Amino acid sequence: MSGAFRAAAGGSVDRSRPLRFRFDGASFTGLAGDTLASALLANGVHLLGRSFKYHRPRGLLAAGAEEPNALVTVRRDQARCTPNLRATQVELYEGLEAHSQNRWPSLAFDIGAINDLLSPLFPAGFYYKTFMWPRRAWKTLYEPFIRAAAGLGRAPSEADPDRYGNRYAHCDVLVVGAGPSGVAAAVAAGAAGARVILCDEQAQFGGSLLSDPDQPPAAWLAASLASLRSNARVTLLPRSTAFGYFPHNLVALNQRLTDHLHDPASVQPRERCWQVRAREVVLATGAIERPLVFPGNDRPGIMLAAAARSFLNRYAVIPGRRVVLITACDEAYRAALELHQAGSAIAMIGDLRARAVGPWAEAARTAGLPVQTQCTLLGTGGRLRVSSVRLARLDAQQRLLGRPQIYACDLVLMSGGFTPSVHLHSQSRGKLAWDETVQSFIPAQAAERTRSAGACRGVFSLAAAIQDGSAAGAAAARDAAARDPAAGNAGFAGRAPEPPIPERDASMAGFSGALPQPQAHTGSKAFVDWQNDVTTRDLALATREGFASIEHIKRYTTTGMATDQGKTSNLNALGFVSQRLDKAIAEVGLTTFRMPYTPVTFGSLAGFARGELFDPVRTTPLHDWALRHGAVFEDVGLWKRARYFPRAGEHMHAAVARECRAVRSACGIFDASTLGKIEVVGPDAVTLMNRLYANAWNNLAIGRCRYGLLLREDGFVLDDGVVARTAEQRLHVTTTTGGAARVLALMEDYLQTEWRQLQVWLTSTTEQWAVIALQGPESRRVLQGLVEDIDLSAAALPHMSVARGRICGVPGLLFRVSFTGELGFEVNVPADFALTVWQAIYQAGAPYGMTSYGTEAMHVLRAEKGYIIIGQETDGTVTADDVGLSWAIGRSKPDFVGKRSLARPALSAVDRKQLVGLLTADPNTVLEEGSQVLPAPGQRAPRLPAPRPIGHVTSSYHSPTLDRSIALALIAGGRARIGQTLSVPTAAGEMPVTVTSAVFYDPQGARLNG
Amino acid sequence: MLLITCPYCGTRPELEFAYGGQAHVARPQDPAAVGAQDWADFLYMRDNTRGVHAERWRHTHGCGRFFNALRDTRSDQFLGIYRVGESAPALPPDAPKEVP
Amino acid sequence: MAERYSDRQPPPITRSAVLRLLPPAARHVLRGAPSVLATAGDALGLSLSMPACRASVNATLAALWLAPDERLLLGEDASAADTSSRIAQALGDQAHSLVDVSHRQLGLAISGPHAVTVLASGCPLDLDRSAFPVGMCTRTVLAKAEIVLWRIADDDFHLEVWRSFAAYVSGLIAEAGRELALPDLAVASSDRAT
Repeated sequence: MSGAFRAAAGGSVDRSRPLRFRFDGASFTGLAGDTLASALLANGVHLLGRSFKYHRPRGLLAAGAEEPNALVTVRRDQARCTPNLRATQVELYEGLEAHSQNRWPSLAFDIGAINDLLSPLFPAGFYYKTFMWPRRAWKTLYEPFIRAAAGLGRAPSEADPDRYGNRYAHCDVLVVGAGPSGVAAAVAAGAAGARVILCDEQAQFGGSLLSDPDQPPAAWLAASLASLRSNARVTLLPRSTAFGYFPHNLVALNQRLTDHLHDPASVQPRERCWQVRAREVVLATGAIERPLVFPGNDRPGIMLAAAARSFLNRYAVIPGRRVVLITACDEAYRAALELHQAGSAIAMIGDLRARAVGPWAEAARTAGLPVQTQCTLLGTGGRLRVSSVRLARLDAQQRLLGRPQIYACDLVLMSGGFTPSVHLHSQSRGKLAWDETVQSFIPAQAAERTRSAGACRGVFSLAAAIQDGSAAGAAAARDAAARDPAAGNAGFAGRAPEPPIPERDASMAGFSGALPQPQAHTGSKAFVDWQNDVTTRDLALATREGFASIEHIKRYTTTGMATDQGKTSNLNALGFVSQRLDKAIAEVGLTTFRMPYTPVTFGSLAGFARGELFDPVRTTPLHDWALRHGAVFEDVGLWKRARYFPRAGEHMHAAVARECRAVRSACGIFDASTLGKIEVVGPDAVTLMNRLYANAWNNLAIGRCRYGLLLREDGFVLDDGVVARTAEQRLHVTTTTGGAARVLALMEDYLQTEWRQLQVWLTSTTEQWAVIALQGPESRRVLQGLVEDIDLSAAALPHMSVARGRICGVPGLLFRVSFTGELGFEVNVPADFALTVWQAIYQAGAPYGMTSYGTEAMHVLRAEKGYIIIGQETDGTVTADDVGLSWAIGRSKPDFVGKRSLARPALSAVDRKQLVGLLTADPNTVLEEGSQVLPAPGQRAPRLPAPRPIGHVTSSYHSPTLDRSIALALIAGGRARIGQTLSVPTAAGEMPVTVTSAVFYDPQGARLNG
Repeated sequence: MLLITCPYCGTRPELEFAYGGQAHVARPQDPAAVGAQDWADFLYMRDNTRGVHAERWRHTHGCGRFFNALRDTRSDQFLGIYRVGESAPALPPDAPKEVP
Repeated sequence: MAERYSDRQPPPITRSAVLRLLPPAARHVLRGAPSVLATAGDALGLSLSMPACRASVNATLAALWLAPDERLLLGEDASAADTSSRIAQALGDQAHSLVDVSHRQLGLAISGPHAVTVLASGCPLDLDRSAFPVGMCTRTVLAKAEIVLWRIADDDFHLEVWRSFAAYVSGLIAEAGRELALPDLAVASSDRAT
């Protein structure tokens, strides 16, 4: 019903809930509780994928997160299509559709497998060696070929329609891994009253116990989980992989919420990224069984002994009927006994060791299972599934003892011992130490407030692991409680090495490197890294070519890289290299473990930050009005600003021209609310401005405004804006839209750190005030009837002045300022009243030809006047003098920010780029902003291969006022070049340009006064 | 993401802070009197410490205060926090020493 | 003429089960030395000398500690003039800064049993009552926006958000709350864990 290889009884699958699914188009049935891997095995499917480089047929090596081969694509629809999932982690659901990867045209017959026959051409580092020449072939030939031939699954072609969440969490003790030691740690920490989070990558808690048929541990697990569930201060997070360990005990978890569901609700996020800040962390991440490295060790049907136990005991799947085991540790004997009990034939147990004396080995012998010691494996047979193995016995000098024997089989189990999973400890910058007893690296001194427990530090036996976990959980809770939460991590310089390991189980030490082979024996490929297709030959080649550092060997051969992070391969690679270099493994060293532990979707990392929530979209109080009036918006930082207001049938060019003409001839209304505003208040307000801004401020009278220029300490222009003195001790400082936060931070910096004695305070009022700019010769007449208690006459309110009063009945500030060169006002009203006031002004202006204009017209109008825009005419290397603003510098002031730098010779060099205007020979040509400016063709230095640019175009527009193109440019020694002809390269060829003053219109400024 | 202890608000996540560069780089009292090389050093030259580094942080999305911290750049662990105007606290006797 | 404009128009927000817009309020930022804050507090009838990150309230006003020298004063919309004149009178020519920011930001209430969970979707602070008790207030962040967060009661938070960030903040809260219309997933799935 759910597969011919399903055991009649046992396992924790739900036999009452069959689930149909498809793999590569074929229909199968599995059971609730199955993974895709176990369900396929139950149906006798062992061929699950093709390898990365050689396209060799591959099956399941493992049963968990460490599976390197069985990478599949799970597809719900065109957009919901996830590649590179491990079949061993894909929970089965009704209707699941999965596909194998990296094969064409089919899994059983894959053209790419030619790479396997051609493999002498693909040694380690072959990319670097082979594709050197000719260079241009990289782009057209080599790279496309390599990309097509290698690689894993394909990314979906459509945008991800799923939701993803984010959650910050805090706890006293985070326990990673809910195997025996993790559960014990959580129970102990919970019992001590700690806030605990226990997470595990699997759907069920229990770790290795889930694959253990014994009853007493199962009862312990059930009781422990019941106690955890009844504790309100314990949070249990299944399906949550701790994939990254960040500084100061921040651990990132990826929680999968819907991937196991047949029909997830659309409101439910697919995944949630947890950012857990833990006072103490207990890592109980277990251990991963090591494969053995022998020729032909990658055929489907060759798997880890613990994986076979998991398939049999947890999923009730018989992974093979006739079994050969090759082992260096006792785990294989347990597997043999359990499979034997389930009815499989045990053809042979080959033990590498000279003696096999543990309790499980004894039990195997008692059960009559054949055992050979001093055994090695010479090779395997079979095409899409293993069908035979060749075993031999070797003496200590690696001479054959007797003749090699061939055993027919459909399953080969291997066990090289267990490698502690130290990935997270290593990510946290904790040190690792080689342990002779367990023949592995285990956690040594911690760099964070973390401790390891159980198998991940070499404590393998169940009783000891539970005891170790319990002790770690209690100690973590104690340390968390002892810490003053306000103390943070200050003064923490790493935790001393773990306490002594309670008990060693030497029989788990196992073996690393390649199995011994008889002298002069050359077998077929022996794989060390299944996922990256790295063989012993590749590693041997690397050492032969002189690579001695494991970091270099890793990069040269790709062993242990990419998504797998060496889960099954690291120690074997080290063992092999140590054999070749004749150095101890501890001396060969270890590469760094990178996050993520297993791959994480981009969606989970992005969380809420996509679509409308990708970034805040800041809008002004007048945004909706602009929207209703057809505005086209542009992004300015996070702000949306109205760029222009096209009328029916108008393109941008026509709309901007109409808006500009309205301002020059009548009256335009403009939303300038995004301007930064800072209220500078206190007895020392003017003193602060004197020290910060380049201008002189002492004589600024109440009610008057001044153009303010802010330099950086290195003398270059940082920001500008109008500054108004609204009271004796109060200045209203405006900044550019993009500079608001930066300027406020800079002012706070000086105030808090350099001039702490000043009595002055800064408050941002950017969003308090909406700013309605009214510009044009009719603007005074428009405002006349709307303003109470302010005299608008030129005498009472001259250019660059400010008055307090009621505008349309709303108390506000009225500025007489201009960024267009026309008579102009800027109405400041509290933001919640902005729309009312704007509409009243707009209506009042209708008889005068009132026109709303956007940022594009604003840019054109100011460029006609030669007014600069910070960030357009300036780029951090431009001085006030460069852009013609030296008049704003208060040179008689003893000091201000940037003054000392102005005396540096480079800042007054004669060939500095200076702001000038450019007029193209063809008035209809609008130059590209950013274009280089060259000397005229006749003026270029001879013998140079290309003329040296002498400047660049900073702003360029069609000017409706002048009915021709205009441009601003920074040109070396520009002001002395006025009247000269230069040249600007354009797409249509070089365009002659005449250098002019940067002020194209009304150079006397007569229009400012209406 | 670091945990940083603001001397006013307590321990907060790094998201609330802005890094402020090396600490104790005082602006000269009379910049006009500073020679060209010294001024260039003030503007542009900073330590690149491997070990304990005195640096400025600002609790931007908190109280807004600038303060100083001693951080071991090798481990990212903070060894001390102090307010503007205070001198750096003595390192604990078991603190890691600066590495040349 | 002013009466016609008494209706304030706050920016649009995304409403959701856990979030509501609070009525328009009068807001001032008062900055000054401790003695100045103490004097102003006397005039207003509530202490401005509270510990760091704590609020103090009386019948008409709330004062939130934002920095050692900075308090945010919240009152009813109509009280703005009264608050500022009382402070001005009490402080005379003592150095201080009082700035009206009534329209700079708006108040949002996030309340109910899911309030903490929804906030934890974007706020990196520990919102457990032991770490963030009732009465605590602070500037912090909610995802990519700065907020002022003030715990009024166990399940009731007051947020102050700059007006141009209100759409983002309310949208994020709505998105985070959407998933909570379902049973709490963390608990529900762990129940299935064995």
